[in-house]
Amino acid sequence: MIDTLADINWRLFAIVTLNGLTLASLYFIVASGFSLIFGLMRVVNMAHGSLYLLGAYVGFEVSEATGSWILGILAAGVVVAAAGAALQVSILSWMQGQDLRQALATIGVSIVAADLMLAQWGGSAYQIALPEAVSTFVPVPVAGRYAMARLMLIGFALVIGVALWLILNRTRIGMLIRAGVDDRRMLEAMGVNVPLVFVGVFAIGAGLAGMAGVIGGSVLSVSPGEDARYLLSSLIVVIVGGMGSIPGAAIGALLVAMAETYGLAYTPTYGIVYTFAIMVAVLAVRPQGLLGRAA
Amino acid sequence: MRWILPLAVIALLLVYPFVVNSFWLVQIGGRTLGFGTIVLSLVFLTAYTGMLSLAQMSVAGVAGYATAYFTAPTSGVGLLLHWPLALVLALGLATMAGLLIGLVAVRTRGIYTLMITLALAMAFYFLTLQNYDLFNGYTGFNNVEPPVILGLDLGANLPFYYMSVVLAASCYFGVRHVVRTPFGLALQGLRDEPDRLRALGYNVPLLRVLAFGLAGFIAGIGGILNIWLNASISPGSVALNPVIDVLMAGVLGGIGHPIGAYIGAFVFTVVDNFAIDFIARERFNTLIGLIFLAIVLFSPDGLTGLVHRAWTRGTGWARRQRGRARETDDIGK
Repeated sequence: MIDTLADINWRLFAIVTLNGLTLASLYFIVASGFSLIFGLMRVVNMAHGSLYLLGAYVGFEVSEATGSWILGILAAGVVVAAAGAALQVSILSWMQGQDLRQALATIGVSIVAADLMLAQWGGSAYQIALPEAVSTFVPVPVAGRYAMARLMLIGFALVIGVALWLILNRTRIGMLIRAGVDDRRMLEAMGVNVPLVFVGVFAIGAGLAGMAGVIGGSVLSVSPGEDARYLLSSLIVVIVGGMGSIPGAAIGALLVAMAETYGLAYTPTYGIVYTFAIMVAVLAVRPQGLLGRAA
Repeated sequence: MRWILPLAVIALLLVYPFVVNSFWLVQIGGRTLGFGTIVLSLVFLTAYTGMLSLAQMSVAGVAGYATAYFTAPTSGVGLLLHWPLALVLALGLATMAGLLIGLVAVRTRGIYTLMITLALAMAFYFLTLQNYDLFNGYTGFNNVEPPVILGLDLGANLPFYYMSVVLAASCYFGVRHVVRTPFGLALQGLRDEPDRLRALGYNVPLLRVLAFGLAGFIAGIGGILNIWLNASISPGSVALNPVIDVLMAGVLGGIGHPIGAYIGAFVFTVVDNFAIDFIARERFNTLIGLIFLAIVLFSPDGLTGLVHRAWTRGTGWARRQRGRARETDDIGK
């Protein structure tokens, strides 16, 4: 009897842990784009959640129309990257350096975007159909079996993390971005077209959010209000991990998602408190975040 | 000359109930004053301490929830107290909430304060949604009525309106007074030059936390007026949209001067109620979002800034306005 109980608890624990890792992966993909944009441009993009939601809806429409999930996620990445670039060119570039005003402007954009998306897609929840190949369950030790798609999401986050690290540390564009983070004006003085780099980085960050939307919409679901949820998670992840740091975003995403998942599983009515306990503890000890540099 | 405008406004507020119908009295007038007081707490923080907080609606929500918990227990949640004690507790808890938010945000500046207070506001929202012991979860509280004092029902239209006027005016003139005291001057000093103020021996973090506490008290008054007007409170009252609404009303009116709070709240309330006449009711957010965006893009100091600039061009009146709060684009720098 006691053995069985212990067995069930371990199984639950393993499943909750895997769920936490899945959520952490999703949070990481969304927050890394947010952090990248902030790191270079000091723009707190309050419309980042709207970009996530837009990506999810575009992915849904395209994959419904073509029947291909891959096309859906590619279309979402491209469309949302274009939307992000348009946001940077049309609104944010006019007030470069006024970070608070930019944050306010993106709040305005997010309100309008949320309302227009509600008008277009209504209030109901959508599920993006996954390809047959990954909508299976695979055997996992302790947990028994687990959804293939969720494991793939963890793999996808690892790929994106490694790719971002390689781009930032091993390519010329990455060198430009890092130089821009350290000293934007010096980079400009060396003849680099910094506004163009800004648009490019904004597009990459937005594209990541858009693709995350499709993944989130396949593994979980899409509905109005998700924009606020992912904006909030991105905010907390970068506050905990450190603004502008990709490894920081990974650590932050892990901490936040694990706290949220364990909290909801074991103490449902106070689940959210743990996330904020972590945030407050980090702020008290390291206001710039775990891996952030002092502002 | 300096007193003509305030006196005219007060006279207008006093005769207002006799020239409008009950909809304009309560839904526009009462709402503007209650909501405007919450916005005032944001404007006070932003204009005089340079900290832009998105948690003011949540602090107002704390006062609202406390009022409901202690005066209108619903389905076993709550503890019935005599109303003066309940109100003191509600305002005390709101002030405490303000101080706590200040403690968390005290080491941050500008954009970071905005992010952290937004995160705190959302934490409070999720807490009210998930918690049934204190907040009664998704349902919240209903039938929260203002008290009847000596046979005078404060819930009736006219008494409620005058009570709102008195409380809002006290908050407004209270803020105008506080910013001229040594405390208020120190706040403006830390807004402009925190390092110099520290060098002069002021305790800068303490001043910041106290400013948040005072803002919490003001937001608490607004929150109590708000819950008496709505008669109910639920997680929806402290969700992302109302939290952002406070910021939008502040920016619309102009977060450089306390009067901007009430002007912004008035414009916001009017657009909210009459959006149906311009555009489909459901698309209210698109309309107010575009207006907000236009203000941020073209007049960062809001409608008061717009009027002020037009006025200055005409009369040169601004030269006599010394010690005015500074322009919005500098805030948070």
